Amino acid sequence: MTDVTHGAPVAAPRAFVSPATERRVVRIVLVLVAIAFLAIFLFLPLISVFYEAFRAGFSAFLRAVTERETASAIRLTLLVAAFSVPANLVFGVAAAWAIAKYEFKGKSLLITLIDLPFSISPVTSGLIYVLMFGAQGYIGPVLADHGIKIIFAVPGIVLATIFVTFPFIARELIPIMQAQGSQDEEAALSLGASGLKTFFRVALPNVKWALLYGVLLCNARAMGEFGAVSVVSGHIRGKTNTMPLQVEILYNEYNYGAAFAVASLLALLALFTLIVKSVLEWRYADEIAATRRH
Amino acid sequence: MNALASIDSEGSVALGEPVDVTIENVVKAFDDTPALHGVSLDVKAGELVALLGPSGSGKTTLLRILAGLDAPTAGRVLFGGEDALGLAVQDRNIGFVFQHYALFRHMTVFDNIAFGLTVRPRAQRPSKADIRRRVLGLIDLVQLNGLDKRYPTQLSGGQRQRVALARALAIEPRVLLLDEPFGALDAQVRKDLRRWLREIHDRTGHTTFFVTHDQEEALELADRVVVMSKGRIEQVGSADDIYDSPASPFVFGFIGESSLLPVTVADGAAVLDGVPTGLSAPGAAAGPATLGFRPHDVVLVEDDGPALRGRIIAERRHGARRRLELEVGREHHRAEIDVEVGAPRPEGGRIAFRPERWRIFPPR
Ligand SMILES: Nc1ncnc2c1ncn2[C@@H]1O[C@H](COP(=O)(O)OP(=O)(O)O)[C@@H](O)[C@H]1O
Ligand SMILES: [Mg+2]
Repeated sequence: MTDVTHGAPVAAPRAFVSPATERRVVRIVLVLVAIAFLAIFLFLPLISVFYEAFRAGFSAFLRAVTERETASAIRLTLLVAAFSVPANLVFGVAAAWAIAKYEFKGKSLLITLIDLPFSISPVTSGLIYVLMFGAQGYIGPVLADHGIKIIFAVPGIVLATIFVTFPFIARELIPIMQAQGSQDEEAALSLGASGLKTFFRVALPNVKWALLYGVLLCNARAMGEFGAVSVVSGHIRGKTNTMPLQVEILYNEYNYGAAFAVASLLALLALFTLIVKSVLEWRYADEIAATRRH
Repeated sequence: MNALASIDSEGSVALGEPVDVTIENVVKAFDDTPALHGVSLDVKAGELVALLGPSGSGKTTLLRILAGLDAPTAGRVLFGGEDALGLAVQDRNIGFVFQHYALFRHMTVFDNIAFGLTVRPRAQRPSKADIRRRVLGLIDLVQLNGLDKRYPTQLSGGQRQRVALARALAIEPRVLLLDEPFGALDAQVRKDLRRWLREIHDRTGHTTFFVTHDQEEALELADRVVVMSKGRIEQVGSADDIYDSPASPFVFGFIGESSLLPVTVADGAAVLDGVPTGLSAPGAAAGPATLGFRPHDVVLVEDDGPALRGRIIAERRHGARRRLELEVGREHHRAEIDVEVGAPRPEGGRIAFRPERWRIFPPR
C-alpha cells in the first residue's frame, strides 16, 4: 500500500510548455535576423541589379543586350551550356551508376575526385587547362601542329566549364541511387527486359527528379561560371567572351547600364532555375516522395 | 477457377509450362567465403517447395542462382532437363518475387503487372488489347480489382506483395521464385496471404520455390520442405517427415523448441557425463551423439534411478505451464523443461526428470 496524503488542493499546473520551445521573444528575434540577413545580402542586390538594368528604360536595355559583342557572348554561353550539360549528364549518370551499384577498389577515391571541382578554386581549374593545352603546355603544341586550338578558344571554355560543373549531376544521383539499390533493375531483368529497356524504363525514371534537379543546377552554373572560363578564354571580344566575362568587361569600361543589363539576364536564369525547381517539387510532391521513400 | 479460365478462354494465353528443376552440387562463394557448399535438389514440375532456414543460411543465394541474378561458382541447374545456367536472366522465364516487392514506383498497378509483356520484342509482344485483358485477369486473380490505377505507395504491404506476384505471373513463368514474400508483413496478413498463395498455386500449378525463415509458414504451405543451414541442405521432406523424424539436431532445434545435450551411446543407451540416463538409443552406434527432447515432453521423476538431473537456475511463466532453465549433468549443460505451474519447488533447486519422447542424433 502506498500512503496517500490528503492535503490542501494542489494549484492547477501552469500551461505545459514543450521544453524544446524557445520563448516568444527569442523566436521573433531569430526570424527577424534571418529576414534582415536575406534582405541585405540577397534581395537588395537582386533588386538593384534589375533596377540598374532598366534605369535607362526598356529600349536601352534591349539595345544593350542585342549589341553585337553582347549578343555574341549570349550565344557563346548558350553554346557552352549546350555542350557541357549533356556531357555532364552522361558522365554524371555513369559515375553515379558505378558508385551506387558496384563494389570496386578505389571507389572512395572516385567519390572524393568527383567532389574535387567543388573544393578547388575555379581559377586553378582554368590554369590546369592552360598548363595542359596552352601554347607552352604539355600537349598544346602537338595539338597546335594539327591546327587544333583549345586555349583562348571555344573548346577550352567548354572543357573548363565541364570540369567545374562535373559534380552537380553525379552528386544529386549518388545518394538516391544508393538508397534504391539494384532490386528494381533486377526485377525488370527477371521480367525479360533487356539492359537498355531496364535502364530507360526503370532505372532512369527512378531518379528522374534528382536528375532534373541536377541538370538545372549544372546548367545554372555552366552559364554563370566565371573564374575557370576567364583563365582559358583570352577575352577575345565577340569571340571568346561568355556572359559573365562580358559583364566584367562592360563594367570595367564604366558601361554600367549594359553591364547590369547582361547581369540581370544571369539573375533571371537563377530565378528561373529556382522557380522551375519549386514548381516541380510542388507539382510532383507525391511522386518525389515516392522515389525518395523506400 | 474463373479468373484463369477467363484468361485461357481468350485463346491468347497459355500458362508457362511448369518444368522439373534439378540442382546439382551447386557451390557459391563470395570472395572466398562460401555461401553454398554443394547443394543438390530435385523438384518435380508443379511442386511447391519451401526453402526453410535461419537468416544467412543461403536461401536467397540459391534462389538468385536459379533466377540467373547470380552465377554459381560450381554446379549445374537444369530446367526440364535443359541446362539453365547458359541462359541469361531474361531468357530463363522465371517469375521472381522480392522480399521488399521491388515494384516500379513510378508505374501504376496496371503498368507494373503489364511490364513483362510490354518490354517484349515487338514480334513476341501481345496486342494492347490482349495485354489489357491479361492484366485485368491477373488483377482479378490476386483480388485487387479496382486498384489498377493506384501507385505502389498508395497500397498496403499485403496489396503490394500481391501486385508483385501478379507481375511475376504475367510473363507465364516456367518457375516461380518467392524470396520471403511475406517477411515484411504483420502476422495476420501473413496468415491470410499464405492460404491465398496456396490456392493460387493449386490453380496455376507453377513449379514454385518459396523461401522463408518461418517454420510454421513452410510446414503449412509447402508440398515439401527443404531445411537449410550454413549453406547446406539439412533435410528434405514433407511437413510430417520434418516434424516427426528430424534428420539432425539442427532440424530438431529449428522446427520447434528443444533442448540438446551431448551424450555418449553405450550398450544401446545414452549416458550423460558418465551417468546413465535410462534413455534407450536403439540403432545408434556407440560413441558420442546428441540427445534431443522438447521441453513439453518431460516428466519429473524420483531421484533414485537413471534419469537426467539438473539444478534450476531460472524459471518463468510459459503459457499454461512453467518453464525451468536448468544446468544439467556434471558439466552444467543448459536445458529447458516445462512443469506444472503448481509443482512444488524441490529442495536446493535440484530436480530429476525424464523425457517421454527423445531422439538420439549421430555426430556429423
Ligand atoms: N553479395 C554478397 N556478397 C558477399 N556475401 C554475401 C552476398 N550475398 C550473400 N552473402 C553471404 O552469403 C551467406 C548467405 O546469404 P543469403 O543467401 O542471403 O542467406 P539467407 O537468404 O538464407 O538469409 C551469408 O553469409 C551472406 O553474408
Ligand atoms: Mg534472404
